[in-house]
Amino acid sequence: MPLTLASTLVQQAHASLNPASPQVRLVDRLGTAMFVTAAVVCLLVFAALLWAALRRRSGAEPVAGGRQERPMKTAVLLATGVTTVILFVFLIFDVSVGRSITTNPGNDALQIRVTGHQWWWEVQYRDSLPKNWATTANEIHVPVGRPVVFELRSTDVIHSFWPPNLSPKRDQIPGNENSLWFQADSAGVYRGQCAEFCGHQHAKMAFLVVAEPADQFEGWLARQRDTAQTPTDSRARRGKDVFMSASCVMCHAISGTSAGSRIGPDLTHLASRRTLAAGTLPNTRENLTGWIVDPQAIKPGVKMPPNQLSGPELLALVAYLETLK
Amino acid sequence: MTAIPADPARPTDDESVRRQLDETWRQTPGLWGWLTSVDHKSIGKRYIVTAMVFFVLGGLEAGVMRAQLARPENSVLGPDAYNQFFTMHGMTMMFLFAVPVMTAVGLYLVPLMIGARNVAFPRLNAYGYWVYLAGGLFLYISFFLNTGPDTGWFSYVPLAGPEFSPGKRVDVYAQSITFTEIAALVAAVELIVTIFKNRAPGMTLNRMPLFVWAMLVQAFMVLFAMPWVATVTQLLAMDRLVATHFFNPAEGGDALLWQHLFWFFGHPEVYIILTPGLGFVSMIVATFTRRPVYGYPAMVLSLLSVGFLSFGLWVHHMFATGLPQLGQSFFTAASMMITIPSGIQIFCWIATIWAGRPRFGVPFLFVLGFVVIFVIGGVTGVMVASVAFDQQVHDSYFVVAHFHYVLIGGAVFPLLGAFYYWFPKITGRMLSERLGRWNFWLLFVGVNLTFFPMHQLGLEGMPRRVYTYLAGTGWGPLNLLATIGAVLVVVGVLLFVINVAVSLRRGALAGDDPWGADTLEWATSSPPPPYNFAHIPVVEGRAPLWEQPGELPAVSGLRTDVRDVLVTTLLDARPDSLHRHPPPTIWPLLTAIATTILFVTLIFTPWGAVIGTPLLLLTLLGWGWPHGRDHQEQRMVEQTG
Amino acid sequence: MLILAVVGCKREERDFHGLPSGSAITNPKVREVDLVPGGAAPADSVPGPYEENAYAVSQGKTLYNGYNCSGCHFQGGGGIGPPLMDADWIYGSQPQNIYETIAEGRPNGMPSFGRKIVPDQIWQITAYVRSMSGLLRKDVAPGRTDDMQVRPQEQSTQKAKPVQSGIPKSAELP
Repeated sequence: MPLTLASTLVQQAHASLNPASPQVRLVDRLGTAMFVTAAVVCLLVFAALLWAALRRRSGAEPVAGGRQERPMKTAVLLATGVTTVILFVFLIFDVSVGRSITTNPGNDALQIRVTGHQWWWEVQYRDSLPKNWATTANEIHVPVGRPVVFELRSTDVIHSFWPPNLSPKRDQIPGNENSLWFQADSAGVYRGQCAEFCGHQHAKMAFLVVAEPADQFEGWLARQRDTAQTPTDSRARRGKDVFMSASCVMCHAISGTSAGSRIGPDLTHLASRRTLAAGTLPNTRENLTGWIVDPQAIKPGVKMPPNQLSGPELLALVAYLETLK
Repeated sequence: MTAIPADPARPTDDESVRRQLDETWRQTPGLWGWLTSVDHKSIGKRYIVTAMVFFVLGGLEAGVMRAQLARPENSVLGPDAYNQFFTMHGMTMMFLFAVPVMTAVGLYLVPLMIGARNVAFPRLNAYGYWVYLAGGLFLYISFFLNTGPDTGWFSYVPLAGPEFSPGKRVDVYAQSITFTEIAALVAAVELIVTIFKNRAPGMTLNRMPLFVWAMLVQAFMVLFAMPWVATVTQLLAMDRLVATHFFNPAEGGDALLWQHLFWFFGHPEVYIILTPGLGFVSMIVATFTRRPVYGYPAMVLSLLSVGFLSFGLWVHHMFATGLPQLGQSFFTAASMMITIPSGIQIFCWIATIWAGRPRFGVPFLFVLGFVVIFVIGGVTGVMVASVAFDQQVHDSYFVVAHFHYVLIGGAVFPLLGAFYYWFPKITGRMLSERLGRWNFWLLFVGVNLTFFPMHQLGLEGMPRRVYTYLAGTGWGPLNLLATIGAVLVVVGVLLFVINVAVSLRRGALAGDDPWGADTLEWATSSPPPPYNFAHIPVVEGRAPLWEQPGELPAVSGLRTDVRDVLVTTLLDARPDSLHRHPPPTIWPLLTAIATTILFVTLIFTPWGAVIGTPLLLLTLLGWGWPHGRDHQEQRMVEQTG
Repeated sequence: MLILAVVGCKREERDFHGLPSGSAITNPKVREVDLVPGGAAPADSVPGPYEENAYAVSQGKTLYNGYNCSGCHFQGGGGIGPPLMDADWIYGSQPQNIYETIAEGRPNGMPSFGRKIVPDQIWQITAYVRSMSGLLRKDVAPGRTDDMQVRPQEQSTQKAKPVQSGIPKSAELP
């Protein structure tokens, strides 16, 4: 199921110019209007400048005051007036767009808690029953056509949640809870990236938002709520033993097992994700193996240390992780 | 003019006047003279050169960054090195180049433009330069010792706090800002007092050149803005060194407090950088269109409005932090409002050009370039002033494009124009016109090629401060284009340096007034003598050299054997009193060294205060030790024999 | 200036790859007790690799809380496990002793983490543990965390001169 990163990221092209939600569509409209106006203003000013500088003049020495002052005064006043009007219009436009994208979406909205960590995204789907909570990492699924409210937090430094096709950004500030909402109106895979400098691997802290039809979304959520499958294959079973006895359990949780640490990403359904390492690598066997052996070669500075598993242990471990769908 | 009795202290013939003034005011020769100088021109020149060295260093840092970003997943710089590079680039450009160079040109030119012999407090001026140099050296030496700051020039907490930035890097950040802020405040005080109290008689406030107005506004902005950054960096240093909790939410602090306090300084800071640039443009436009700038009152009021309004915009740097929408909209309104006075100035300049007879010398080319680049930056500024749009492009390359356009367009281009314009006055030689044109066009094309693609990159989702990006994002080609543009910029700047080096030795000799300009600095020789003017001029209009061609009326009756400076009233510049200026002295340098010892040791141990403070007090004592007037007079009389 | 230079470089290093896995330093062989026939012999001295590296010590602090050392030792005050911010050391205060304690475990409840925590990280935690009683230089020891303050920051902690406290009876070798 993992898509190649290239096709995943094709959606990224012209990200905020490629709206997939009414919110971004509105902001896009505002942006386009401002851009067109800006371009016209620039061209007018440049034209005026060039004309003023290059126009042909009669030989007489200029005199301050006199005949020239009247038209100059009119021109400057007119230009100032037009500028003021344009600015005022955009002020109104902006306030109205701002209100539209921040009005409460109502009780029908799905709520997702996204917590920023250095340098990955903890994604939690809560519910009135704690046993229905689903925790995953770096990949968010949303149903098409339903508003989704994000509760944005951080456990360490300031991060910023920004999926440009779907929503303007909002910072995740430790000690504060921020929120934003959007509604995906077309299915697709959209990429976002952390937008507040957060340390060494700020550059590789990306996430995917998968917008899918409501029934597919419900199916995905149900699978995410399940505990991990017990492996049947002998190699995978050995891999599970490796996971439990080596350093993996110190940081990673797999629900349904005794691995319960929350300081690293939850791996219960690792194999269902399209990417690894916060959007850095496509989720393939080779990439997963390479990541486990030496994460520092891929994301230098990340908190996961290089591993010293032997060859067979490593292969067994990867076989186990691949069963975590 | 009253009859003056013959008096050896007041010779009447021109040559002996100049000779005696020279003996009174000149700098001591040699290295000692350079270290003890209190001459604003000597200090101004070294200030400019130091700032330009930092400009080149900052540019080199940017060059390496662009080399790293030219291709996806490049390996020129790893993440830790890149973080240090982009932080150093920001700090160098903002704290060590942009503000100091404007200050420096101001300190050099303002006394000349207002007909004064020196700035109001000559020793303080020297102290300001040495502290600035110490701060720059402290930052760069730390950088070379792997202790350079790495959290960005605005260094948000909690990343820059004690938990997430171990070691001394951020302490170096906090303390190096202290140095540069002291230097900036010193310069602000100098400029304000000099402009208010040392103007030539007859130069009422509404006869002051527009550049002097710009520096006055800038100095007041510095006075009100710099203390905030000095304070907030000390709060950060305290959190890191003595476990205070200003920015610790768990103990009642707030991470957003940093942002508010920093940006309350940070936004006026960029207008502090811009305003002198606007002053340069006014002077160059007047000279190169051969008429005064149209709309003097509107220009002055615009400068004042920009200065005032700039303090009400700071939250536009925080639109993504989750502050209430309505409150943010207030800052949208203010950010858009400040466009109006900036626009008025541009319209007035265009009107001036229209009404005048432009000459397309290199300074004028830079002014044209300024209008194009600054206006592009200005309109993208209006775009990011809008909350909703900014929430898309905040912290992306769109903003990087915006601020480079306004800073390079609004400050660097006018600055280079100013260099081409005033180089003859400072050095006595003209810069090469031909090299200047190449310089201008390479920079103009290079800047646009480097930064225009960044608008698109930001809209495509590329965030700031990333040491690399994945190939699949498709950001490679535009980044490569930007890097190519950066190469052009580097060549352009190199040409400028070459032009300066060559012209210093082989440039055409400039006379007093090679451009036929209208302000007082062109009424003395190039370079000016240590005493600036043989006779303090009396001013009767806004453009003294145009309105009173030939000989200017001058003040008589001033002594030439002592460093007496005329003090005039604030509004109307009527002669008021005399101020005795100090001779060259080593104490400002020693005080700066003591200040350095105090600040640097403080980040390593609180004992730094115990070591540094007595040293500082000692040097201040030496500085302020009274010299009797008679004692000084006697010395001067002995010298002149 | 030169001292500052050398010291600064080591303090600020951020070595993401850590120690090479085959090196002697990752698996020190140290004696448990100092008693040897023929009088005291000098202890093997394996210097901790991160005693002067501020980045590593701060990583150690993060791991100390992340790996739940604080669950028994709290923030140095002790509880289920002995305190770590005082001057008493049962098994020695040298880096190699602390490394052994973490990697091999000790009688009376200290688990063996050698298979669970990679050597590089054990050295980081070791360095942090030493900072808790003020044994590291001030400019290397960490500052406060962004949490509720329950102990003075390590960089202001007075050095508690290590003292060999007696090995508890239940932990003595037979």
